[in-house]
Amino acid sequence: MSDIYATLQEIVGKDYVSNQAEERYFYGRDPGLMPPHEPDYVVMPRTTEEVQEIIRLANKEKVAVVPKGAGLSLTGLVIPQIGGIVMDMKRMEGIEVNEAGRYVIVEGGVTHAALKSHLQKNYPHLRHSIPDSPPIATIVANAVIHGQGRLTQQRGFNSDMVSGLEVVLPTGEVCRIGSCAVSSYWFSKGPPMPDLSGLFLGWFGTTGVITRLGMKLYPCKKMRDVMLYITDRAELIPDIIRKLSHTEMMEDIVVSCAPLPLRFKGVFNMLVYITGDSEEELEFKRKMAWDALREYFESRDGGFMGVSPYMKPSLLAMPSKDTTRFADVSKGGGFEYSGPIAPIEKYPQYVKKLEELASKYNLFYSSAARVIDGGHSMMFSFSYTFNRADPDTMNRAKTALDEAAEFALDEGGVIWKPNLNEQRMVMERMDPNTLKLLGKIKQLLDPNGIMNPGNWEAK
Amino acid sequence: MLELKFDKTKCADCKAVSCLVKCQYMHFDRDTARTEWQKVVNGEDSQVLHDCATCYSCEEYCPFGNHPFYLIVERQEEKGILPAPRPITTMWINQCQPIGRFTVGKVEEKAMSFCFLPQFGILAGGKLFEDIAWSSIFGQEFFCNAVYLHFARMSVIRDRLPKVIENIAKQGIKELVCLHDECYGTFTSLAPAYGIELPFKPVHYYEHLYDKLKELKDEIQPLNVKVAYFRNCSARLIPETDHFVDDIFGLIGVDRVQREYDHENALCCAELIRVSKGPEMADDVQKRNLDDMLKAGAEYCVFNCPGCWDSMVEKVVKTGIKPIHMIDLCKLAIGEEQALTPPEPALEV
Ligand SMILES: Cc1cc2nc3c(=O)[nH]c(=O)nc-3n(C[C@H](O)[C@H](O)[C@H](O)COP(=O)(O)OP(=O)(O)OC[C@H]3O[C@@H](n4cnc5c(N)ncnc54)[C@H](O)[C@@H]3O)c2cc1C
Repeated sequence: MSDIYATLQEIVGKDYVSNQAEERYFYGRDPGLMPPHEPDYVVMPRTTEEVQEIIRLANKEKVAVVPKGAGLSLTGLVIPQIGGIVMDMKRMEGIEVNEAGRYVIVEGGVTHAALKSHLQKNYPHLRHSIPDSPPIATIVANAVIHGQGRLTQQRGFNSDMVSGLEVVLPTGEVCRIGSCAVSSYWFSKGPPMPDLSGLFLGWFGTTGVITRLGMKLYPCKKMRDVMLYITDRAELIPDIIRKLSHTEMMEDIVVSCAPLPLRFKGVFNMLVYITGDSEEELEFKRKMAWDALREYFESRDGGFMGVSPYMKPSLLAMPSKDTTRFADVSKGGGFEYSGPIAPIEKYPQYVKKLEELASKYNLFYSSAARVIDGGHSMMFSFSYTFNRADPDTMNRAKTALDEAAEFALDEGGVIWKPNLNEQRMVMERMDPNTLKLLGKIKQLLDPNGIMNPGNWEAK
Repeated sequence: MLELKFDKTKCADCKAVSCLVKCQYMHFDRDTARTEWQKVVNGEDSQVLHDCATCYSCEEYCPFGNHPFYLIVERQEEKGILPAPRPITTMWINQCQPIGRFTVGKVEEKAMSFCFLPQFGILAGGKLFEDIAWSSIFGQEFFCNAVYLHFARMSVIRDRLPKVIENIAKQGIKELVCLHDECYGTFTSLAPAYGIELPFKPVHYYEHLYDKLKELKDEIQPLNVKVAYFRNCSARLIPETDHFVDDIFGLIGVDRVQREYDHENALCCAELIRVSKGPEMADDVQKRNLDDMLKAGAEYCVFNCPGCWDSMVEKVVKTGIKPIHMIDLCKLAIGEEQALTPPEPALEV
């Protein structure tokens, strides 16, 4: 038995560490297209102190550490590129709500499902921004990759809703970030002080392990409804989004397109979500949405469709099960998307490219674009499905996604949760001084380069 | 090419112009109606082509069976007038495209058509269907396509209907009980209007229900309830079936309340009005209909068409009136349970 393994057992207890082939196999891959690479150890800490000890051990032994939530970001961000330790955060599942302050402090492994049910049971008038990833996705990791959820149209990226952090730095110190650094309240991740949360959010675990995170909660209205708007003109979509977001009344706006099922063919479906405390409030918002788009109704370029009340539960579900269903459309469980964060005005160009690449590489495609922060940008997904048992489709999907990423960057977007190759593309285009700053920060925080090596390596 | 059997002279001689004068959604005095209708007949542009709510009612109002509504749809298409937004039209055309994906049961010479409406799979069970339940067809291949009347796409109907009829015939079906009365309307009104012959006999499901209820007479417990009957657009293609509503209600002890918006004066579910004319008109039509049911003291609202059910069910529930499909109402009378129930409120928060 190696010293590292024995020490890990001492830190977390023997049930929560493994170097067995089964675990190494499982923790060496994710559901996306990046090649697998196995870790040497998998460890599941329960406390911040245990995380600290593991990090200290890793520094001493110069082994890599990769924090992992549910491993669902799809772009290989939790694949240990040089082996080492995968730190599975799932045992850190504490939830503490400050009802009056409308925020929650979650430990590093709390899932969206766990928080959702905790709030529904104990604080039904509060909610958080739920992404459409499968429910086991973790809140911390989702913020770490700047995820987006149901409240993103109104409130920005899920990481914009963070209200404080507790981080174990790569050198082992525990640091509090935001108001919680000076107060017992977790109401702000930075302001009115320098906002240091930016040293950790978006870094894919390369600058430390977040052990606790404050997340803002928002009023949970008594009712929700969904409207379905259809147009067949991609070039109108930016203006339609502008008009809808101008009302400042929509909870969420998601535009999708796919060649199948047949009702999707040749049209763009926009799901427009609204909330209210009364039927009158909902009705008013429905009317605002109709009025906003009257011009296109009259020109016959678009219109609202009736939504069967039997379809609504699945459309209103959080997370939406449809994305996950789509993920297995080719059977064999392969699905990955390149999701640039992009100017909304580029929607038509992106759609054209999505279809072009699908036909060039003979792939089934879909796209869902979520409006971010009242219409300042969108997440546009180039999604392709593949069968894991068929290396040829996997290759084609990978090439298509690489081209999509290249294209997205050329067209003014920035790649969201980029894989290693895409990180390279982003860094190649980055302002050189910014890139240098990135490197300096990383070097300063992680002098031994142990944290999730390979990612954001500014050479 | 299939052509509408339309006789100009009948309209030229018509004094009443009931097709337009009786219209619930466009308001014409007789003279304007005559002028506007002649424009339609002559292939000129007319306000009618733009304002038509596509409720099908003029098919019933015309005393000569001259198919005024089918003519309106033809003219709208000729002129490129879109009653509904173009993408919604496209969506409808695509989603019901026959693509060889359908379901057939153990089909016999007498069979049931569920059209392309899954609700009928829920409804068509129990004693009322005990001798036919397995003999059913469902899917795009058997979809009657009449819905395109709402979208000025007679061309799609002309193109697809003969194939649909052929698909049904290929199953060896001689007698087809149509659970969607739009199918029955398609086979007995639309098809003959275009000279399409049927190699099978369509039977309206009301007739089937009526016959079965007579067989099960001893098991009927009169319901003794007051109901508002919700007439749907396709009922206008087949007014001759309306008497079955009263016949069935008579057998199961149901009182069809007297109200303003029933029979010839019925209002449609307005969901396609919402799509094509906007929410103001649709809300108004639906509200008037619901207020009328309440005023007449209805305890139940009885639906024929699953499309109307979907668009109205939640609104009916809100009034305190109980929504029920005709098949389920008959089931209640023989001690069975309502199968198609209102949806749970979708409030996922
Ligand atoms: C079907 C489907 C739909 C999706 N829809 C959405 C969507 O609507 N919105 C959205 O945002 N995403 C979506 N995703 C992407 C992804 O699943 C989510 O963003 C998810 O929240 C990521 O969380 P995770 O726990 O799986 O992260 P992981 O993949 O486990 O981790 C992501 C990154 O965070 C790092 N990390 C993990 N924990 C820590 C920690 N404690 N401290 C520091 N770093 C850490 C990891 O090292 C990794 O770099 C979807 C994915 C799928 C498969």
